[in-house]
Amino acid sequence: MPIPNTTEDPVAHPAALLREMVRIRCVEEELADFYRDEQEMRTPVHFSVGQEAAAVGVCAALRENDLVYTGHRSHAAYLAKGGDLTGMVAELYGKETGCSNGRGGSVHLTDRSVGFAGSAAILGEMISVATGAAWALAQQGSSQVVVTFFGDGASEEGVFHESLNFAAVHRVPVIYVCENNAYSISSPLSARQPANSPGTGITERARAYGITAERLDGNDVALVHEATRRATAHCRAGLGPYVLELDTYRWREHVGPGFDTGIDRPEPEVEQWLERCPVRRGTAALQASAPDAQEPTAQEPTAEELVARWDAEFRDEARRAVAAAKAAPYPTADRLTDGAYGRPAVAN
Amino acid sequence: MSRTLTYWQAIAEGTVQAMEADPSILVAGQNVDDHKGSYGTTRPAFERFGARRVVDTPNSENAVAGICIGAADQGLRPLVVHTRADFMFLAMDAMINLASKWRYMYGDKGGVPVVMRGVVGRGWGQGATHSQSLHATFGHFPGLYVAAPASPADAKGLLAAALQADTPVVLMENRSLYPIEGEVPEELTPVPFGVGRLARHGTDVTVVAASLMVHEAERAADLLARQGVSVEVVDVRSIRPLDEDLICESVARTGRVVVADTSWARYGFSAEVAAVIAERIPGELRAPVRRITPPDCPAPVSWPLEEAFHPSAAKIAEACLDLVGSDGITVPVLTGVDAGFSGPY
Repeated sequence: MPIPNTTEDPVAHPAALLREMVRIRCVEEELADFYRDEQEMRTPVHFSVGQEAAAVGVCAALRENDLVYTGHRSHAAYLAKGGDLTGMVAELYGKETGCSNGRGGSVHLTDRSVGFAGSAAILGEMISVATGAAWALAQQGSSQVVVTFFGDGASEEGVFHESLNFAAVHRVPVIYVCENNAYSISSPLSARQPANSPGTGITERARAYGITAERLDGNDVALVHEATRRATAHCRAGLGPYVLELDTYRWREHVGPGFDTGIDRPEPEVEQWLERCPVRRGTAALQASAPDAQEPTAQEPTAEELVARWDAEFRDEARRAVAAAKAAPYPTADRLTDGAYGRPAVAN
Repeated sequence: MSRTLTYWQAIAEGTVQAMEADPSILVAGQNVDDHKGSYGTTRPAFERFGARRVVDTPNSENAVAGICIGAADQGLRPLVVHTRADFMFLAMDAMINLASKWRYMYGDKGGVPVVMRGVVGRGWGQGATHSQSLHATFGHFPGLYVAAPASPADAKGLLAAALQADTPVVLMENRSLYPIEGEVPEELTPVPFGVGRLARHGTDVTVVAASLMVHEAERAADLLARQGVSVEVVDVRSIRPLDEDLICESVARTGRVVVADTSWARYGFSAEVAAVIAERIPGELRAPVRRITPPDCPAPVSWPLEEAFHPSAAKIAEACLDLVGSDGITVPVLTGVDAGFSGPY
């Protein structure tokens, strides 16, 4: 079922989108277990389990040289952009072979070879950095677009508003992807934003700056992917920034591997969102899109069978990355201060 | 070849020459393009290069700092200008949590060479929130270079070095220095970070200072020379890295030291210099370290309070006399370096 690629921008097949979501789900679940059981990954981790459609749908619409800057919850975007898994896992273990040589940890990932520029821990600051990166690239005549992922919490930071204002004035080719997972640590959106009043939502605030903005089901990977393709076309046409607000839900605690979020979330709310699992919905969508959906034959695996096959494959990949990370050397203390300053090094 | 320029002219000339040499440099800041052009320092660059490279920004210090870090990450060299340094507090998240740490925390794969200039106010009732010098504040954090040039030549030379550095830089410029004249090389010659200079040779007491306080120290030295007291003045030029050797060599010669600073004593530049001396050459001191700094209160507005607040040549001279034990000499009233300035600032 090939879809013709009529532009330079990639179009992902539903199977490819699903496969990538399964990969991220498996990697993060495996890492969460090792993290909890072994206590060897000494770095605060923010898992995206349940939110995979955002990173996958967006990144599958980007060219390799398009750039991504993210906030703290960054594993999914790193992997979806093509970031090296062994480098990420080694970083979580604090090893010299980590993608940031063990200096950055889970919240400071980078893989420049695939356009994952970096993640950072302070809420909202990468929104401005991504804006500046896109501004600089446009000034240098590049057709690259820059994407930044952040949460609903970061949209409360002043830097979010300052950046959107600047991007609107200078028509910066940047896509702001807000993963609205409804909670900031334990604080519900309703306690932090007047989101229930007309005209006050995150998308509507972006529109107030004259920025094209869409709010959509962030757990529907195909919808996210299509919207991102609209956004990249908009940016590359020189029409300025674009905002995507993706409604989604965090399954685990804010930081750490546990399922107990410590929040008194209404049971129907939790159940409804578990029902809207992006992997499950992607599986159903793939099955429905198959030409012989009504009568699967013995030769063609069903979508569920594909997912089961991928599941085994990716859990194995994750375990191999963990084994490689454990076998890798730690940075040595004699290099503790290396890299604090640029070249030539200035003794101080 | 050199000729006489004012401090602000030296910055303006250095900016234009650096931008001519490196097309990746751009200037960003509030009103950098207007008729005043950041007290004249960015106006010539705007006239020469236009709005594409001299960018008037929204009043968004936080985002503009982050935007310039992102631009630096993608090949540009932004020079951010704050005509009131106190507004740099709003840019500190980006400068401290990102710019200073970028190279290190992503595993030494490259840095974000953003340069930020901040102009420090003094006098004319600028008061609590327009008179602060943040050199020690920014100087606290590894990963940044911080300089506070005192002379027109160093204002140009350190700007040139900053715009070629691989490390983010904060430059603090005291507004009172802007009309001061000095010899400035015509060429764009970088002054290295971490190398101070002896502004004046002396034998009895060392005054360690930066920026405006170098001039106040020299005026104190002039006065005391007429009284037979020989004062050496160390202009550190850069706050981080700090030329510890120059400081310690001078203090080892004189055995006495006054540290003069435009910012507060507690946890400040003067505290750092005193700590360096205490750690490296405690046996060389013939008297305890003295610090001349503002008192422990915000800057006032009322004129007589302002006069009492700011550290001055007279206070430096008194401290020097105290250290050398010259009880019989009294210090005459000295007008400030910025005397004769008229508002509005």
